[in-house]
Amino acid sequence: MAESVLSRRHFLGSGVAVGAALVLGVDLKTADIAAATPTVRAAFAPDAFIRIASDGKARLIMPQTEMGQGIYTALSMLIAEELDLPLDGVTLEAAPANDKLYGNPIFQVQATGGSTSMRGYWLPLRKVGASARAMLVAAAARRWRVAPESCRTEAGAVIHDASGRTLGYGMLAASAMLEKPPAEPKLKEPADFRLIGRSHHRLDTPDKANGVVQYGIDAMPPGVRFASLACSPVLGGRVARVDELQAKSLPGVKQIVVLEDMVAVVGDTSWAAMRALAALDIIWNDGPLAAVSTETIRADLHAAANTEGHVAVDTGARAKLSGDGVISAAYELPLLAHAPMEPMNCTVHLTPGHCEVWVGTQAITMAQRAAAEEAGLTPEQVTVHNHLIGGGFGRRLEVDGVRKAVRIARHVDGPVKVIWSREEDIGKAPYRSVYGAWLEAKLDNGKPVAWSHKVVGPAVIGRWLPPAYDGKIDIDAVDGAAETPYDFPASYVEWVRHEPRGVNTAFWRGVGPNMNVFATESFIDRVAHEAGADPLAFRRSIIGKLPRARAVLDLAATKAGWGDPLPTRSGRGISLQYAFGSFLCTIAEVSVADDGAVTVTRLTTAVDCGTPVNPDGIVSQIQGGMIFGLSAALHGEITLVGGRTQQSNFHDYRVVRMDETPRIDVHVVTNAEAPGGIGEPGTVSVQGAVANAIYAATGVQLTRMPIDTALLAKDRRA
Amino acid sequence: MISIQVNGEQRDVEIDGDTPLLWVLRDVLAMTGTKFGCGIAQCGACTVHIDGVPTRSCRLPVSQVGDRAVTTIEGVGATSAGRRIQKAWLDLEVIQCGYCQSGQIMAASALLATNPSPDDADIDAAMSGNICRCGTYVRIREGIKQAARHG
Repeated sequence: MAESVLSRRHFLGSGVAVGAALVLGVDLKTADIAAATPTVRAAFAPDAFIRIASDGKARLIMPQTEMGQGIYTALSMLIAEELDLPLDGVTLEAAPANDKLYGNPIFQVQATGGSTSMRGYWLPLRKVGASARAMLVAAAARRWRVAPESCRTEAGAVIHDASGRTLGYGMLAASAMLEKPPAEPKLKEPADFRLIGRSHHRLDTPDKANGVVQYGIDAMPPGVRFASLACSPVLGGRVARVDELQAKSLPGVKQIVVLEDMVAVVGDTSWAAMRALAALDIIWNDGPLAAVSTETIRADLHAAANTEGHVAVDTGARAKLSGDGVISAAYELPLLAHAPMEPMNCTVHLTPGHCEVWVGTQAITMAQRAAAEEAGLTPEQVTVHNHLIGGGFGRRLEVDGVRKAVRIARHVDGPVKVIWSREEDIGKAPYRSVYGAWLEAKLDNGKPVAWSHKVVGPAVIGRWLPPAYDGKIDIDAVDGAAETPYDFPASYVEWVRHEPRGVNTAFWRGVGPNMNVFATESFIDRVAHEAGADPLAFRRSIIGKLPRARAVLDLAATKAGWGDPLPTRSGRGISLQYAFGSFLCTIAEVSVADDGAVTVTRLTTAVDCGTPVNPDGIVSQIQGGMIFGLSAALHGEITLVGGRTQQSNFHDYRVVRMDETPRIDVHVVTNAEAPGGIGEPGTVSVQGAVANAIYAATGVQLTRMPIDTALLAKDRRA
Repeated sequence: MISIQVNGEQRDVEIDGDTPLLWVLRDVLAMTGTKFGCGIAQCGACTVHIDGVPTRSCRLPVSQVGDRAVTTIEGVGATSAGRRIQKAWLDLEVIQCGYCQSGQIMAASALLATNPSPDDADIDAAMSGNICRCGTYVRIREGIKQAARHG
C-alpha cells in the first residue's frame, strides 16, 4: 500500500482524535470557553457548543460554515440527538474565530470544505450532546435524591418515571453547571435514534425565503460606505497610471484609492462606486504573465506529463504494461471559475488597534490572520463576523478578498463594504486548475491485469494546508485515483505537481476526484469497449473488495433501467466512485443531435454515505451537486489570451439553468456505517457519466471537458 | 428627491435618478433581501415585481419606476401567490445557500399569479432567467407545481 494513502489515513485519523479532545473541552476551563464565545451569558454552558438559558431557550454554536449544504441542521441534529433537545425554537449562531475550540477535527483549523464536516464531527458533537445530557441528568437526580440511572430524558426535560417527576433543562441549567462532565459519555445505540436518520426540516431556510437572512454582502454597519475594485487583468500586473478626472466628477463618489496592484472607488452606493470605477481610465503594466494563454497553459501541462512525479501506489503494474493488449488514453480538464451567486465581498472597519470584518468565509481563522497581517495587527485585534454564505464551492476557502478589502480600508475613514463586480469575480479569481491524466491498462482474457494512472495537477492542499502535505504526494491530487472501487491485480499511480503559470488555483467543489474519477471512469469504459464488454458487466467483474461499491452500482443500474432500449444516438453512461468516505454511482442518459448538441435527459444516482443523518439533505446535496457538475460538463471553461481571462459574466461563462435541468433521481442506501461526505460526491460523478453516455450514443469518447459538440456531429464520425 | 412605492409604502430617496432600483433598495433603504448577482440582467437574483411584472432591478433606473408599485421579497408574502410559493419552498426544502432564492421566489410567484397551473414548458420559460449555483432547479420546479396545486 502506498505511503501516501497511509499517511493520509494517519493524518485524518489523528485529526479526528485530536479534534475530539479539543471540542469536548476536556483541557479547557469553562471560563476560557465563555471568554472565547460571543454568546450572551447562559445558565448552562457546558462546552463550546451548547447554551441553555434558565427559561429553557437553547442556542447552539456552529463550528462549520453554512453555505447551503445544510450543515447547520445536520450538526444540530447530532447534538440534539444525544441531548434529547427539541430542535424547534433552537437558535443557531456562527462560531467566532478560534481554531482551538472550533477547529475542524479533520483539518485542525476552522474551515469548512472537502465534505469533511459530518465525517469530522459525527462522534465529537454527539459526545458533546451526551456529556451535557449526563450533567443535566446528574443535576436532576441530585435534586430528587434518586440514582441518575433511574432518570431518562426526552424533549428537553429530565424525567423520573418512578415518581412521575419532570424538570425542564432550563430549570436544571444553573445546577447542571456544577456537575462534572463524564469522562466518557455514553452514546445512544443507533436503534434509539429519534432524529438521526429521519429527514428534518432545515433550520436555516425560513429566513432565506423572506429576505430576512443576512449574508456578508448584507452587512450594514452604521456609516458604511461602498467600494468597487478593479484588479490587474493580468496576474501580477501593476497600476501604471490612472486618469481620475471624469470619475471624480460623478455623483456619489467619495474617494478613489489607487494601490500598487488595484484601484478602488468608494461611494455613497455600490452603484456610484461601480459607475465611477468604469469611468476611470486605468493603464496597467501587465508584467511577464501577459504571455500566458490557454495554449501555453495546456502546453505546459502536457510538458509536465513527461516529467517524473511521486509514486502514490506501486503494486507492480509497470512491468506488465507491455506487449499486446495495452490500451492508453489521456484526459484533461480546463480552468473553471466558482461563480457563487453571492459575489465576493468583505466589509471592514479599521480603527486604531482594532479591525472589524464582516464576511462570509469558509475559513474564519485564516480570514482573521489575513486581515491582521494586512492591518498590521495581531489576530486577537481582529474581530471577524462570519455570515451564512451565498455559495462557497471552495472560493471562500481563499482569503484573497479579505486581504484586498483590508488594504482598501486602510485608506478609508469609517467602515467600507467592498463588493466585487461579477466581472471581477469571474475574470480575476483563483480558478480550479487545469488537470491532466495519462492512463494505461493491459487486458488479458478480457480482464484488466495492470492499471497505470499518472495525474498532473497542482498541490492545492500543499499550499492551503501545508501540515497535511509531505512534500511528495498531495492527498487531494490523487484522491479517487490512488484508491478506486476496483480490484486491479497490479496498479501504478503517480502524481506530477504542476502549478499552472499565470493563474492562482483553488479548491473547487468535487476537488481532486473531479479529475481522477472522470479519468478513471472514462478509461474503464474505454477498456470495457476494447474488451467487448458491457460497461456495467465489466465493472461488476472487477469489483470485489468493496461490496458497498457493487451495491450502489447495481442499485443505480436497476433504477436507471440499464439495458432498456433507447432511440438512436442516445445512450447511458456509468460513473462509479469511492471518495470522501462515500460510495456513489451515477448513470446519465443523453441524446446527441445530428449537429452534436448534447441533451442530458436523466441522471440516476445511488449513494451510500453511511448513516444518513438527514436523508432529505443528502438527496438535496446530490441533486444540486450534479447540476454543478453538469454546468462544468456542458459549459465550463475559463480561457486566457494575453494573460487575460476572456470570460466575464454569466452570458459567456454559462451555467446550467432550469431549461437544461434533467430529470434527477437519487436513491439513498441506508446502513449504520460512519457517515461519509456528501457535498462533493454528486459533482464528481457527472462528467464521467455524461461522457460515457455520449460514448455509448455516438462511439466517440470525449477526453476533455467541457463537451465539444463539434466532435459529436454525425457527419464527422469516422 | 425621488419617491417610490415599495411594498405598499411610499419612500422618498435623495439619489441620482440613474441609480438602479436594486441599489436604492439595498444601499439607501437597507432592504437587503433583493440581491446583486451579475449587474447585467443575466442571473435574476435582483428580481422584484413592478406592478406584478417580474423585473430585473439591477438594470432599472430608479427614475423610471414612477408611480408603479414595487414589490420585493420582504413584501411578496402578502400576496396569495407569494405566500404559496414561500410555503412550498419550505415544505419541499428547495433552498440551499438561498442567495438566489429571493429572485427565484419573485419569479415563481409572478408566474403563479398569472398562470395558476403552469406546465413544464411554462416553468422553463418563466424560470430560466434565474440562475441557482446550488442547483435547486428540480425542487424549484416541484415547488411551483405544489404551490399551484394548493391554489
